[in-house]
Amino acid sequence: MIQADLNIILPEIILSVYAMLALIGAVYTSQDKAAAMLTYLTAIVFALVAFWIAGAGQATNIAFNGMFIDDGFSRFAKVTILLSAAAVLVMSQDYMSRRGLLKFEYPILIALAVVGMMVMVSAGDLMSLYMGLELQSLALYVVASFRRDSVKSTEAGMKYFVLGALSSGLLLYGASLIYGFAGTTTFSGIIDAAGHGPAPIGLLIGLVLVISGLAFKISAVPFHMWTPDVYEGSPTPVTAFFATAPKVAALALFARVMHDAFGHNVGDWQQVIALLSVLSMFLGAIAAIGQTNIKRLMAYSSIAHMGFAMMGLAAGTAYGVQSMLVYVAIYVTMNIGTFAFIMSMEKDGQPVTDISALNMLSKTEPTKAIAMLVLLFSLAGVPPMVGFFGKLYVLRAAFDAGLVWLAILGVIASVIGAYYYLRLVYFMYFGEDQDDALDRRSAPLLTSVLVASAIIMVVGVVNLFGIEGAAQMAAATLVN
Amino acid sequence: MIGLEHYLTVAAMLFVIGIFGLFLNRKNVIILLMSIELMLLSVNINLVAFSSYAGDLVGQIFTLFVLTVAAAEAAIGLAILVSFFRNRGTIAVEDVNVMKG
Repeated sequence: MIQADLNIILPEIILSVYAMLALIGAVYTSQDKAAAMLTYLTAIVFALVAFWIAGAGQATNIAFNGMFIDDGFSRFAKVTILLSAAAVLVMSQDYMSRRGLLKFEYPILIALAVVGMMVMVSAGDLMSLYMGLELQSLALYVVASFRRDSVKSTEAGMKYFVLGALSSGLLLYGASLIYGFAGTTTFSGIIDAAGHGPAPIGLLIGLVLVISGLAFKISAVPFHMWTPDVYEGSPTPVTAFFATAPKVAALALFARVMHDAFGHNVGDWQQVIALLSVLSMFLGAIAAIGQTNIKRLMAYSSIAHMGFAMMGLAAGTAYGVQSMLVYVAIYVTMNIGTFAFIMSMEKDGQPVTDISALNMLSKTEPTKAIAMLVLLFSLAGVPPMVGFFGKLYVLRAAFDAGLVWLAILGVIASVIGAYYYLRLVYFMYFGEDQDDALDRRSAPLLTSVLVASAIIMVVGVVNLFGIEGAAQMAAATLVN
Repeated sequence: MIGLEHYLTVAAMLFVIGIFGLFLNRKNVIILLMSIELMLLSVNINLVAFSSYAGDLVGQIFTLFVLTVAAAEAAIGLAILVSFFRNRGTIAVEDVNVMKG
């Protein structure tokens, strides 16, 4: 019995044992000298586990009396999380080591955060939900303040910690109410207690608190205020990590709670999520216009993109979940490329994040400029880039579910948001000439990630690399 | 007779005090940590009250998990606070303002 349960969570066990062994090994042997090797090794382990999970077949396995669910949905999310974390680790090695930031704890903390995310997306119980979420959050608080000697980085860590702890508190209070009124913490028990139609009032209050806690983690408006500061203050590779894997995990967890625990009460949460989605899209689109720091700009951009992903969730259908998964996978790919570009922005060896530094980049670095142009068009949702199809998917899901107003507002927000992406393009191609252009340092790895991401955005229009079918199967296992 | 609703009321009051402590306090980051702890502990009262009312042990097991995580969270919070103090030389909440927002 226990043997079967352990077999199901074997990927998580292997990753956490790996993280602990690496920690002990690095402490007792070479310490920070092995950090670069450890970073690549961790990325390879992530990739291997991702391929293992991807090839694990179609079965739905339930371990520990429903606490842990290993189904198509969680496998899709895990593969996305692991591959994006691996990509970010590979990209960050050079940046971190040239600034003396590459300590051996960095890959280990990322590995622990990833284990937390894998538990989150597989949670079948309020307890495993909370433990996974905290394992992820605690590791992320530490990496946010990784540059210990910088005021900005420690301040980012502090803000993230205080607001993250507040959101965990809200979520936990909601979980305690749900437990009290449903009499159980398993999602399968909660869905029975909630019944069909409107849920009992105690469960509703608990549900709203849990939604607010989760909305904090994906930085949906009005729970977004930590995002710009944390993105700006953290070291850029950490920001790149924040913008990718944790968003996938939190969104997947969101969908899991809504559909597994409250799947028969769609009417109760649909309006709340639709409202969060509209507010996020508009605030993300409007507040980004005045930003001059590209990291803050990407923070608002990620808020807007989370709004679009939530639009798929708000539809409350299997097609909605499928569109959300497709959207978030595309979003992660675009963001990895964009952050590869941001990491390569330097003047005199120092990282710069001011967008005026991009002036006339097309003259000095034509390849990077064209790749960035493709990515920015894709982020804005300009056809025929892949980003457009992601938006099309969620809009159609909302439309099919009868949320026509949501789809229309989404289109308007997308048009407003296009302004600031296109402004970056304007700077790169039609800006003023300047004397102190960005360094022309060759960083083959970052450039190839950037170019690869841009190529995916163009070539992907053919069939989205088959992710559509995978997402459809994943959504079908969640919603029934 | 003290019933379930009394425990829930106390827990709700403590939770709200914790949230107000987070938002109204302008003096000291340590008070933020205390408020966070208060919120998590009020949840524990809730869980234990429900668990004893329903005669179901799951709530108490949940409480043990929450206690453990709260301890880990406080440790990390204090560690971040120490490195912030080293850089900034102050732990007043109004000085956590290098970045606007």
